[in-house]
Amino acid sequence: MAIPAVEVRDASKRYGGVRALDGVSLAVEQGEFFALLGPNGAGKTTLISALGGLVRPDAGTLRVMGCDTVTEYGAARRLLGIVPQEIVFDPFFTVRETLELQSGYFGLRDNRAWIDEILERLSLAAKAGANMRALSGGMKRRVMLAQALVHRPPVLVLDEPTAGVDVELRQALWSFVRELNAAGHTIILTTHYLEEAQNLCSRIAMMKAGRIVALDSTRKLLEAFSERVLRVKLESGALPPGLAEGVSRDAAGWHCIPVGGAAQVEATLATLREAGARVAHLEVAEPELEEVFVRLMAADGRRAA
Amino acid sequence: MSGGFPALLRKEVLRFWKVGFQTVAAPVVSAILYLVIFSHALAAHVEAYPGVAYAQFLVPGLAMMAMLQNAFANASSSIIQSKITGNIVFILLAPIGPGEFFAAYLLAAIVRALVVGAGVVLAVAWLVPLPLPNPAWLLAFAFTGAGILGALGLLAGIWAEKFDELAAFQNFLVMPLTFLAGVFYSVESLPAFWRAASRLNPFYYAIDGFRYAFFGRSDVAPATSLAIASAAFCALSWLTLRLLRSGYKLRH
Ligand SMILES: Nc1ncnc2c1ncn2[C@@H]1O[C@H](COP(=O)(O)OP(=O)(O)OP(=O)(O)O)[C@@H](O)[C@H]1O
Ligand SMILES: [Mg+2]
Repeated sequence: MAIPAVEVRDASKRYGGVRALDGVSLAVEQGEFFALLGPNGAGKTTLISALGGLVRPDAGTLRVMGCDTVTEYGAARRLLGIVPQEIVFDPFFTVRETLELQSGYFGLRDNRAWIDEILERLSLAAKAGANMRALSGGMKRRVMLAQALVHRPPVLVLDEPTAGVDVELRQALWSFVRELNAAGHTIILTTHYLEEAQNLCSRIAMMKAGRIVALDSTRKLLEAFSERVLRVKLESGALPPGLAEGVSRDAAGWHCIPVGGAAQVEATLATLREAGARVAHLEVAEPELEEVFVRLMAADGRRAA
Repeated sequence: MSGGFPALLRKEVLRFWKVGFQTVAAPVVSAILYLVIFSHALAAHVEAYPGVAYAQFLVPGLAMMAMLQNAFANASSSIIQSKITGNIVFILLAPIGPGEFFAAYLLAAIVRALVVGAGVVLAVAWLVPLPLPNPAWLLAFAFTGAGILGALGLLAGIWAEKFDELAAFQNFLVMPLTFLAGVFYSVESLPAFWRAASRLNPFYYAIDGFRYAFFGRSDVAPATSLAIASAAFCALSWLTLRLLRSGYKLRH
């Protein structure tokens, strides 16, 4: 089997009494589009920072493409690009200078062609000569993505890249990142927009209080923790007692009936017809990651792990 | 070696050069003001060395003082600004090792010190005769003096978490040590206690040796001064490198 893009074993980190990481183990395979989700303070940024060497774990090992982030930090950092969560920049420099210096930090002398390409792809070419101070927040975020890409890292980690980014830019950003993924880059992202993670990522880890509480493919998580719901509004008649289990009724008068697959939708409709209920409106709600998230976070993190 | 050293050095030099009015011109101007004021006020009362006018005596001390303060300011303010604004992550995420990190910040501090020192000396050279019989000593002390304060600046920048902590370091350690290092007088003329105290101050040897380069006279033999200043530089560098290797206050 190929070396995992990222491999974390029993990573722990305490800040005083807070366990920011509490024995995290995790492997992300090469080429994956992976989401790291969890509420504020779950430990996502701490985990990412430990990967980049910004945080020293108290215990455990972290590897990027097989290179230990402490003992082989040079190799590990060349293989990794991180876009930090907070917007940070050096006000002394222009966009192009920022990217040239960043290339230089990785020992790259002449990186002009690649820098031009990234600037173009991130719609920053017109701002290349502008001072970092003169950019809007969204533009600064794009420069940070460009900085993470100067050395063409095979593993790219985005810590909430779309916080405060407008719709158009968000779509442009995702199409670019998808392209990078298609070209073989491993992508790890954190986000609080769960539909983004659901649409983009093939696998998801959910963190809570420094622990991984769920780790599976997006599809399996949705199947296990969320369900398809048949929503019906009745014109006349009532729900037969046989259907009542698990059914709720919302404020607008819709009955929400949990259903497994298409076959169960048909069977439910047949039951309704036989009971003499007439359906006025009907819709099928697909499972949502948000529901998975809410359920997992409500559960005791330790047991769910 | 990651190969990141030249870029980090370039960044550090560009950083002060882009605001050269404040980082180079301003210290040169204040050194000249000190020279004008003190030489005017004290010329009649002080004769440090026979045959050396007080204004002459002042120039190397003021130049070295400016070098020391600017070497310190360059390294310390750059690091603390990057820490507080957070942009230091871009350096920490790169494969730059502790040795390269140290060398780049140190060398940039030395470059700024040399530019400021040269500025002071050249600005007053046409007013005050400076024989300079020993240019090799001049370079040796310029580099060592700037090196000591560059390393101390790194140390302070790494240690301080807020600007006022850095200001305290500067006001209660660096300023007194530079002012009490024999810039304005020969330490030999001091009462015994202060003479002994001055001899514990490594900055004193940088200034005394630097003055030797200009006039061939000094309180302490230049080789002794250089040995003591170099030892101070090595000790501070060793400590700073140790902190950098441990990630102290940079990698949490
Ligand atoms: N430098 C630090 N000093 C003290 N505590 C810290 C530090 N960094 C993080 N923490 C604590 O560690 C925990 C995890 O923080 P972390 O930033 O990793 O969360 P997160 O999952 O990224 O949250 P968010 O979604 O808000 O970004 C929090 O309780 C936080 O307060
Ligand atoms: Mg975070």
